[in-house]
Formats: sequence, structure tokens, C-alpha cells
Amino acid sequence: MPKFGRRDVSSKMVPLDGLGIIPERDAGKPPILDIRHLCVDFGGLRAVDDFTLLIGRTEIAGLIGPNGAGKTTVFNLLTNVYKPTQGRILLNGQDTRGKSMHELNRLGIARTFQNIRLFASMTVEDNVKVGMSHGYTDGVFTDMFRLPGWWRTERRQHVRALELLDLFNLTDKADTLAGNLPYGDQRRLEIVRALASEPKLLLLDEPAAGMNPSETHELMDNIRMLRDRFDIAIMLIEHDMNLVMGICEGIAVLNYGRIIAKGTPKEIQSNPVVIEAYLGEEAAK
Amino acid sequence: MDKTMRGYRQIPVWLKYLINALLLCTLLVLGNHIIASGGVNRAQKAVILQIGIYILLAVSLNVATGYLGQLPLGHAGFMAVGAYAAALLWKALPKETWAVILGLLLGGLVAALFGLVIGIPALRLKGDYLAIITLGFGEIIRVLIINLPGITGGTPGLMSIPKHSTFLVVYITVILSCALIHTLMKSRHGRAILAIRENEIAAEASGVNTTFYKVLAFAVSAFFAGVAGALYAGYTGILTPGNFTFMTSINILVMVVLGGLGSMAGSIIAAAILTYLPLALQSFNKYRMVIYAVLLIAVMIFKPSGLLGRYDFSLSRILEKAINGRLFKKPGKAGEDHA
Ligand SMILES: Nc1ncnc2c1ncn2[C@@H]1O[C@H](COP(=O)(O)OP(=O)(O)OP(=O)(O)O)[C@@H](O)[C@H]1O
Ligand SMILES: [Mg+2]
Repeated sequence: MPKFGRRDVSSKMVPLDGLGIIPERDAGKPPILDIRHLCVDFGGLRAVDDFTLLIGRTEIAGLIGPNGAGKTTVFNLLTNVYKPTQGRILLNGQDTRGKSMHELNRLGIARTFQNIRLFASMTVEDNVKVGMSHGYTDGVFTDMFRLPGWWRTERRQHVRALELLDLFNLTDKADTLAGNLPYGDQRRLEIVRALASEPKLLLLDEPAAGMNPSETHELMDNIRMLRDRFDIAIMLIEHDMNLVMGICEGIAVLNYGRIIAKGTPKEIQSNPVVIEAYLGEEAAK
Repeated sequence: MDKTMRGYRQIPVWLKYLINALLLCTLLVLGNHIIASGGVNRAQKAVILQIGIYILLAVSLNVATGYLGQLPLGHAGFMAVGAYAAALLWKALPKETWAVILGLLLGGLVAALFGLVIGIPALRLKGDYLAIITLGFGEIIRVLIINLPGITGGTPGLMSIPKHSTFLVVYITVILSCALIHTLMKSRHGRAILAIRENEIAAEASGVNTTFYKVLAFAVSAFFAGVAGALYAGYTGILTPGNFTFMTSINILVMVVLGGLGSMAGSIIAAAILTYLPLALQSFNKYRMVIYAVLLIAVMIFKPSGLLGRYDFSLSRILEKAINGRLFKKPGKAGEDHA
């Protein structure tokens, strides 16, 4: 039985508008993410079909499913890497249609990538600083001529970067090139960089991939810690069922682009449709 | 700033700047003294001035290629518009210091304007459009110069431009320009530009307005190419369209690639060597293109990242190592400036 953080103890999932469930503690507020009937086609292939999901303001949500189910594609739709064919996404009550990726980041969404995308030949610290892309007003000339604004920004970003790196014990590696980090640290750095933009919703695409069980366990604690500390919602894609069942409050199961089940970990674990989807995958191997 | 490595003593940023500024001023005064006292002959002085101008051309191109990761092929075009703009202004103004400064700024601004006009449409598109569009731009500028003899003097050239590019003017301009590019790159804006080179999608997803920063880097690159063009105009005193051909653009690109994409020190060294060689060795010029081809192939085979890779020389880093007693130890941490 995984140990739950303070918040989880009281957390019960309650239905909202008949569209989905969110944690009871978030029920008074509108959901951070409200996705309705999202579809996307790649040529003839419907990679995501009629995807409807609500995520509460401080929820840890899981998106699972067999390989090729369309999970990463959902993240790409949420961050406007792809344009949906149909449907709409409300982030914090705001329609994300037509927004560029960096505008969405400003609106409060940050993500990591399944295939790590760090700024490999920049230092760990600089990777994090790139994430701090808003809230600073020093202009190009201020920085070129080293006016007071530059000194202020550099100091603020430096202090903040080390604070964030410290959450994942990466402070000692601040001056290392990101490309030289071991694999697990690269995954952690991606999370730190995403946090640097102060998101309201953090999307993690297979954060535990390539980690050993003890690293994964530490990661679970860290994800809960992030939620508690920053009061944010986290949506994660993961194949590691211990992690998903251990920390997610609401889970959606995707198969061939469609949601085949939504519910609490308990409900998902005992859902025959889910079991079949996974067993079917096992049998096919 | 703060110590990220315990026990590693660091020189404060302001002191680094002071040391560098003092050193460069000394070099400037020294160089000027040698030249003023007749320590070098005319030919040698010409080489020294040309090296300065090509250093700025290479360093400015490096902003777009090395830092931003694009491949512009029309750097000579920006150099040309800067050169002609400054030349025309200088011809109309009295020979005063303020006019010199004004001409250099105008050269840069006009080039930057062209950079914006080309960069905004070209950089919004994904893919390698920039190479093709800048290639076209370089040629169009040359053709325009030929076909607007009323303004540009046409093929015979624009004559009797005041020769403002003295040693001090060239090297103060080059040093200031390099310093400004350096300080830009060592700021949140510079990091955004590098992030685009490293991974555009991740940069955009991290909140970097990639279109803005691409255009910015491109315009900065064009600006300093324009300034270098102005220096060139004030150095030769006569401008012809033949000065700004596609080969000129390629020449500058070769310097940047040989020096190491993204390394300012590399660009400077490569620019100095590749400007000096043809002037020193007559036979070099004949085989120039062959030698360049061989050099480029050799670099691609043996050191694809160029002479210095992304390494940037930093005096203060060496001083820091010295005061920490690890001058000759391999750094356990990254010792790179813009990388
Ligand atoms: N840009 C694209 N163009 C065409 N097809 C795509 C594109 N992106 C994804 N697909 C297809 O959409 C389907 C879903 O892919 P997706 O990457 O979302 O799966 P996933 O659930 O993340 O799988 P995994 O667990 O392996 O990461 C796959 O069949 C994939 O081939
Ligand atoms: Mg995936």
C-alpha cells in the first residue's frame, strides 16, 4: 500500500457535470482542464477519437493505454503541437484553440517529452532558466548594455533555478551540460525545466521510463511533493502501473484512440474492459 | 555570482568585465601607437584593417548560424546595404567623429531593416527556406546596385568615400560589437536563441517565442554585418558590386564553420587566418577555393564541430582556475560559454 500525502487522505473523487470525476477538494472550483469530444486524424487514421476528460485543480491524473493508443498525441493536442480535427480544450476556462505553444505555456501548461528534448549543449542551470520565459521585463538593450535590469534578472533566475534544481537534487550538477547527464537526471531536469515556467498544469510523458524501481519510487514521492508544494494539477502518461495506481487519483484508459474507461485506480484495476485491452496486448506479443 | 561549486572561488562578474575592458583598451592603445609611429608598412596596415572587418563579418554571421542554427547564404548582401548606406551618408556629411559614428549606426540599422524584411517571412516558415531566400537576397542586392547607378554608382562603383576606417575606428567598433553580441548571448534573450538551436519544439513548449527570437537573432546578425560593411566602405573608399558577390558570403561562412559554429573565439581566429593567408601568399588566392574545399572536408572528417567547437575563450575562466590552483587540471564541469 503506497503512502499517501496529507491531501490524498481526504480526497474522494466526485462527479462533475456528468462528464467526469475530479477530487472533492477541487469540486468548488472549475476544472483546470476541460476537454470535450477531442478528435484528430492523421491521414486516414483517427489517432484520438471523442476524447472527453476533466481534471481538477490539484488532481494527479493518469493517462494509460497500450503502445500506440494515442496518449502522446493527446499531450500534443493539449499543447497545440497538433491541431484537433474536432472538439475543444478549455485550459483554466480559456479556449486554447489557435494559441501558439508558447502562449499556452504562459497560460499555465508545461510538459515533458517522451523522447527527452533537453537543450543538450547548454548547462543544466541554463536549461532551467530557459523555462523561466515570462515574468521578466528586461529588454534586449538592457541586457546588451548590462543595465541594472540584467543584473536583477540574472540574480533572480540563478537563485530560482538552484531552488528548483534542489527539489530533484540536481544542484550539484548545475554547471554540467544537460547532454552529459545520466538518463534519469535528464528526465528529472525536464520536469524542473517545465516547473520553471510556473505552470498550473504539468504534463509528464512517461516520466519513469528507464528508471529503476527505487528511482521510480522516489519519483512518485517527488510528483506528490510537487503537487502539494506548488498546488498544481499533474497529468501523467505512464506504463508503470505501480506508479499510476500509487499516485493517480483519476485515470483514463485509452485504446485505439478512444477512452475505454475512466475512474479511480480501484475502479480501473477491476474493470474487465481494461483488463481485456491489456491482456489482448499481452496475447498479441 | 553565487557559488554553485562549493569551495570554488569565482571572480565577480563586474570584475571580469573590468579586467577584460582594461586589457582590450591596453591592446588598442598599443596597436594604435605602433601604427601611428610607423611600425607597420601600408600593406601590413591594410591586412590588419581587413582582418578586423572580416572578424566582425564572421562574428555577426555566427549569430545566425552558430547560435541560432540557421543557414543564411546572403551575408554579403547585408554587408553591401550597410556599406552603401554609410558611404552615401559619409559623402554628404563633414569629416567629423560624430559623422563616423552616425554612418556606422546607419549601416547597421539599414542592414537590420533588410534583415527584418527578409527574416520575418522566411523564419516563420518551418524548414530551410532561409538559405534559399537569403541566397536570393544577396543576388538581388547586387543586381540592384548595378542597376541603380544614380545612387550607387553602378558597376564602375561609388567613388571618393571618406576613408574613415582608421585602426582605432575599426577595432573599437569590432571590439564593441563583439562585446555586445557576447552580452546579448549571456542573457535570457541569448539563452532563448540557443535553446531554439538546441531543440525548437522544447523551446517553444518552455514558453520561448521562437519566431520572435529567430527574427531577433537574424536582425542582430544583419545589423553587425551592416556595421562591418560600413567599416569596409570607409576602408576601401570605393565600393563596387563586385565586392559583394555570393563568393563573399561563402567566404564568411567558411570562416564561421572552420572556427566552430557557435564559438566567437573560433570565428575570430578563423577570420584572421583566412583573411591573412590570401593577402600574404599570392599563390593562395589562385587555389583559394580548392584550399577551402580541402579544409572544409578535412574539418568535417576530423572535427565536425570546427576548430574550437563551441568552446569560447574566456580570460576570467583561466584566471579563476589559476586562483583555485587547478589551471592544469581537466575541468570536471563544463567550461563553455555559449554552448
Ligand atoms: N504526426 C503523426 N502523423 C501520423 N501518425 C501519427 C503521428 N503522431 C502519432 N501518430 C500515430 O498515432 C498513433 C498514436 O501514437 P501515440 O504516439 O500518441 O501513441 P502512445 O499512446 O503515446 O504510444 P506509446 O505508449 O508507444 O508512447 C500511432 O499509431 C502513431 O503512429
Ligand atoms: Mg507516447
